[in-house]
Amino acid sequence: MLSRVADSVYWMNRYVERAENVARFVDVNLNLLLDMPDGADQQWAPLVATTGDDAYFREKYGAPTRENVLQFLTFDAEYGSSILSCLRAARENARSVREIISSEMWEQVNKAFLTVSAAASRPGVLDTPHDFYTDVKLAAHLFVGITYITMTHNEAWHFGRLGRLLERADKTSRIVDVKYFLLLPDPHDVGTPWDELQWVSLLKSASALEMYRKRFGRIEPARVVEFLLLDRKFPRSVLYCATKGERSLHAITGATAETAATSAEVALGRLRGELEQGDIRGIVAGGLHEYLDGFQDRLNGVGDAIHETFFAPRPVGGEPLDTPSQ
Amino acid sequence: MKLDGYDTGGFYDEMFHADGTPRPASALLAQRLTALPLDELQRRRQAAERALLTMGITFNVYGDAAGTEKIFPFDIVPRIVDAADFAPIERGLAQRIRALNLFIDDVYHEQKIVRDGVVPRDVLETSKGFLPQCVGLAPPRGIWCHVTGTDLVRDGDGTFLVLEDNLRCPSGVSYVLENRSVMKRTLPQVFEASRVRPVDAYPSRLLETLQQVRPRGVESPTVVLLTPGSYNSAYFEHSFLAQQMGIELVEGGDLVVLDGYVQMRTTRGFQRVDVIYRRIDDTFLDPRAFRADSLLGVPGLMEVYARGRVTLANAPGTGVADDKVIYAWVPKMIRYYLGEDAILPNVPTYVCREPSELSHVLANLEKLVVKAANESGGYGMLVGPASTAAERDAFRDKIRANPRNYIAQPTLALSRVPTMIDDHLEGRHVDLRPYVLYGEDVFVLPGGLTRVALKKGSLVVNSSQGGGSKDTWVLSEPTPHATQTQVGGGR
Repeated sequence: MLSRVADSVYWMNRYVERAENVARFVDVNLNLLLDMPDGADQQWAPLVATTGDDAYFREKYGAPTRENVLQFLTFDAEYGSSILSCLRAARENARSVREIISSEMWEQVNKAFLTVSAAASRPGVLDTPHDFYTDVKLAAHLFVGITYITMTHNEAWHFGRLGRLLERADKTSRIVDVKYFLLLPDPHDVGTPWDELQWVSLLKSASALEMYRKRFGRIEPARVVEFLLLDRKFPRSVLYCATKGERSLHAITGATAETAATSAEVALGRLRGELEQGDIRGIVAGGLHEYLDGFQDRLNGVGDAIHETFFAPRPVGGEPLDTPSQ
Repeated sequence: MKLDGYDTGGFYDEMFHADGTPRPASALLAQRLTALPLDELQRRRQAAERALLTMGITFNVYGDAAGTEKIFPFDIVPRIVDAADFAPIERGLAQRIRALNLFIDDVYHEQKIVRDGVVPRDVLETSKGFLPQCVGLAPPRGIWCHVTGTDLVRDGDGTFLVLEDNLRCPSGVSYVLENRSVMKRTLPQVFEASRVRPVDAYPSRLLETLQQVRPRGVESPTVVLLTPGSYNSAYFEHSFLAQQMGIELVEGGDLVVLDGYVQMRTTRGFQRVDVIYRRIDDTFLDPRAFRADSLLGVPGLMEVYARGRVTLANAPGTGVADDKVIYAWVPKMIRYYLGEDAILPNVPTYVCREPSELSHVLANLEKLVVKAANESGGYGMLVGPASTAAERDAFRDKIRANPRNYIAQPTLALSRVPTMIDDHLEGRHVDLRPYVLYGEDVFVLPGGLTRVALKKGSLVVNSSQGGGSKDTWVLSEPTPHATQTQVGGGR
């Protein structure tokens, strides 16, 4: 398939996934704040930190108040990772590959963008934020479901799934990083109801609380981190994303883990292998933040390798035709 | 719905005689429309509009920052063209396209038609569509205009006339196909009873045509459709046709000239492309050969084309034949190349480069329609009867400054077709654009895009100027069997 088309399908899915993650983070934070003691306003700063775009935020908005952060993450048209911008980018990508995706997929992306874009100019939307963010999450879930059942699971579909999974791995690892950094350092809170509430909220940010309970029951920080990073079956865990992402890569190239030859497959295979052999005690002992930092670097490396391998092919050996005519 | 109040207004009405009785080919439709309650018809119209929206059959509006996509307004009363009326159109268009193709080929080679004094040299040499880069080129099978959309109109007595030839990148065929699919759902019983000739085969025929003109020596060609991109006003059509033909929709950036061939960037590396159905203008095709500022094209493309290693459809350079001045010579071309009389007549045309005709045009501007040679979409045009004195003065100066660039035609009493306006039918002026494919043979799509001027009294049908469209039902000859059943129904 065309490189540009693969690129667009990949990014269309990444952007829908990104919009959904932002909506989920915001929604969970709003919920958490309802249960919080005083000084709740401090809790908006971590959300900005999760984006990795603190500098832009400080420059444009100043203090991380509820209002500022919600505007920034939801409707800021100039900020590329706001929900509005993500859905616009998803729609633009979808528009350029309409003949490749199913019309139901196009209609769903189009509708999601138009809904959020209309909400952006309607005052008072964020007074009842839960409904709004729920709608965004459902719109994204619907898109994933529609994609699953209306599009042939061909090369383009696998590029889409690959994009979605890499985006998800990135977002899960970021939220673990930020929350862990903020939660652990204060020994006074350990074991208090407030502490548990925070860990529960971290799980909820990844829609993982119920599934975590089924696996481990009690809330324990190391277990929470293990579940979100290393669980083999939970669809938002980083290992799960890496494993399924690698399968899509193999489906695209027709290779297996043994015969994989492209730099993208090698990079993702290595990353998956490291996660598989990861031991949570060792990871925490060696410094979770350092571990996740290294992980994100390598994940970016996978993204670059995918770009080089599939989206920006360069001629090998061939010279452009540049002789004078006849 | 009652049709008694319908007024043909002294025009040639394609559905009714002046006395209000339906023409034979439209009798069934008129009868069914009468039988349908108004609210039912309204309901079906809304359903049809919804269907078009959901299918995303839209065109982009230039200069609109929000990227608005609009539906091309659609009228649910179909336009019927009787078999006997369409037969000469089919033969006439095939004849015309063959002659035009021979003209283009001649113009870029020996120019016999100029040497024999049939077409004046200055007319040819001042045509903006004449591309010196194409001189001496020999496209496969000698075919230049693979896809044509010729605009036809009917005058006051119902005669079909050729209004203009579109030999570059005619658009609109996707509306023909989508309008049909909507009409089948909207008025299924009428459709079924009407012996309408199908148009659905167009994408397959187009693909066959493109494959037939593959470069010499290629067995199974890779065909692609080249679009300017998703911001182009006709992007929907590009995407639709690529999807229907099952070929890649590519942008300039997807293609690269490598090892002497055009190749596309795919996820598995570079893949050779043999035939490009290009929907971008000649001068944007290759920044090395034409406009250096074009970002839409492929550097080096013309060179590969000149070597016969890729086919471009339509071939670059065809614009010379749809120059509105050269149009006036088409009947003579048909005689010159084919030794035949034109089956489809031109609209009578005054050529302003001829001094005698120029003075007639300047003296009668208020009665004429004046057109610039290389404009389209209803731009660069003066409709005399609808113009102000100031507009006429301005146009008179333009014509005097560059007579070669203008032609004038009498304002035609274009035929009308009943059209739903609010809750009743009113006559509206229409034109017809049938689509013609030229590969191993000439194929005329039995149907076409009927554009309707929705504004009362307006003669301008362009979508950019308040036009809409209708489904065009070309009827087939009744088979002897069907006639017998009708006549002897109780047998």
